[in-house]
Amino acid sequence: MYTEQVMEHFTNPRNMGEIPDADGVGEVGNAKCGDIMRMYLKIEKGIIVDCKFKTYGCASAIATSSIATEMVKGHSINEAMALSNKAVVEALGGLPAHKIHCSVLAEQAIKAALADYYKKQGIDSEPILGVLSECESCESCASCEKQ
Amino acid sequence: MQNSNFIYADNAATTKLSPQVLEKMMPYLTEEYGNASSLYDFGQKARTAVEKAREQVGIAIGATAREIYFTSGGSEADNWAIKGVAHALKKKGKNHIISSAFEHHAVLHSLDSLKDEGFEVTLLPVHENGLVRIDELKAAIRPETALVTIMFANNEIGTVQPISEIGEVCKENKIIFHTDAVQAVGNVPIDVNAMNIDLLSMSAHKFHGPKGMGALYIRKGISFRNLIDGGSQERGRRAGTENAAGAVGLGEAITIAVSTMDDRAQKMSAIRDKIIDNALKIEHSRVNGDRKNRLPGNVSLCFEGVEGESLLLMLDLKGICASSGSACTSGSLDPSHVLLAIGLKHEVAHGSLRLTFSDENTMEDADKILEAIPPIIERLRLMSPLWEKIKREEGNK
Repeated sequence: MYTEQVMEHFTNPRNMGEIPDADGVGEVGNAKCGDIMRMYLKIEKGIIVDCKFKTYGCASAIATSSIATEMVKGHSINEAMALSNKAVVEALGGLPAHKIHCSVLAEQAIKAALADYYKKQGIDSEPILGVLSECESCESCASCEKQ
Repeated sequence: MQNSNFIYADNAATTKLSPQVLEKMMPYLTEEYGNASSLYDFGQKARTAVEKAREQVGIAIGATAREIYFTSGGSEADNWAIKGVAHALKKKGKNHIISSAFEHHAVLHSLDSLKDEGFEVTLLPVHENGLVRIDELKAAIRPETALVTIMFANNEIGTVQPISEIGEVCKENKIIFHTDAVQAVGNVPIDVNAMNIDLLSMSAHKFHGPKGMGALYIRKGISFRNLIDGGSQERGRRAGTENAAGAVGLGEAITIAVSTMDDRAQKMSAIRDKIIDNALKIEHSRVNGDRKNRLPGNVSLCFEGVEGESLLLMLDLKGICASSGSACTSGSLDPSHVLLAIGLKHEVAHGSLRLTFSDENTMEDADKILEAIPPIIERLRLMSPLWEKIKREEGNK
């Protein structure tokens, strides 16, 4: 069902944990739907110097969180903003169709953490990141799955 | 279990074909390939085998051979029983069916299809203990009630319904009673007459028989519609060349299951109880369904703050085969309808784990499972923002 890369990240997740003095924290998903992703970012001079995650969810939720932290760590804010769910899926060698929403959550979690970073800086993130959609119900995930 | 690196604890999904059963089936898959409907002696050997199997199935549930109809499995038997009776009774103005909220999809989806045809369906609640209540059944009965269909034992949480009492109520009210006994046959004693069961579905692969083989018991005198039009097989009710090997396998498997039931139940329930008792020591865990009225081999647990698919995959890496009712494993956006029917919140149901045993499992398996579960739960909870929230809320109390 899962690729080797997914199983590898699921069994050995990278950057799992918290950053107590994080510059930005973002959480998406909800318990009712069965997945919650939280991303922590440490940002210095526009560079993401550290990124950690905590995730409640299935193997693909854990794997997408794990690989997303690797894909933004050491990169600039602009590069992190450009991270797409498609890139996450590709990096994992693919995901089953009904698990694509996990990659959408990973992308959203990074963006939510960046939005929190801007907020803490007193900057309105909306012109930069756009309006972040809230994941409130399983119905909103149903729309993710069509992607 | 045989292979020390592999523990099979998903016997509610399917069981291993018994070598004794296979041995009885082999001739009908090889040399004895005659058509049971052929007149010559070669075909009649298959006929004799099929009819012997029919008799074995009848004996196992207290029915006569003439009341046993072979099917391709449990889902077919459920579909036939429900639609067959409903269509036959509709002409008499009976268009209401009573069932329960946590039936197998073979039953629930059959009922949905009847609803589209204008039937009315009442689903009885199953409450936190996973059992229907007789007073609620009585209250749901209407003059136009055609059928009551309630499963003997639940496939996910293993609860065994008060079948005799349900049968009694149906008899008093002259309502036909069908039970999906797919999980019960071979695990709990069944007597269709003593229990007033009019129709009963079973599936061979749930008790060490072959896949693709089942049966429907239909009490003599019940009016119902034929399933497949064609030849005269299954007394003209379900046409198609008999699956002689499958029938032989079903007959043999059910005979072994019934004759060894007490010993197996004792062995399986000891494993079950040990696992439940010890798993419940993990904080924020629960057992699903009544502990007393329960299949001997069923363990159904929930661990808060973890998600079932992750739990299953981590168990799989330890060589343990189990199942879950989380959304990710149910293949839909919602967790299992069974767990929701017993009142669990979505987030609790997502953390479900089902372990189902056969007599091939050992106490050593139980020990290995109990050794594997706690570190996996701990690891997943360490990653889980939901667990963090549960602990925080607990701290605030």
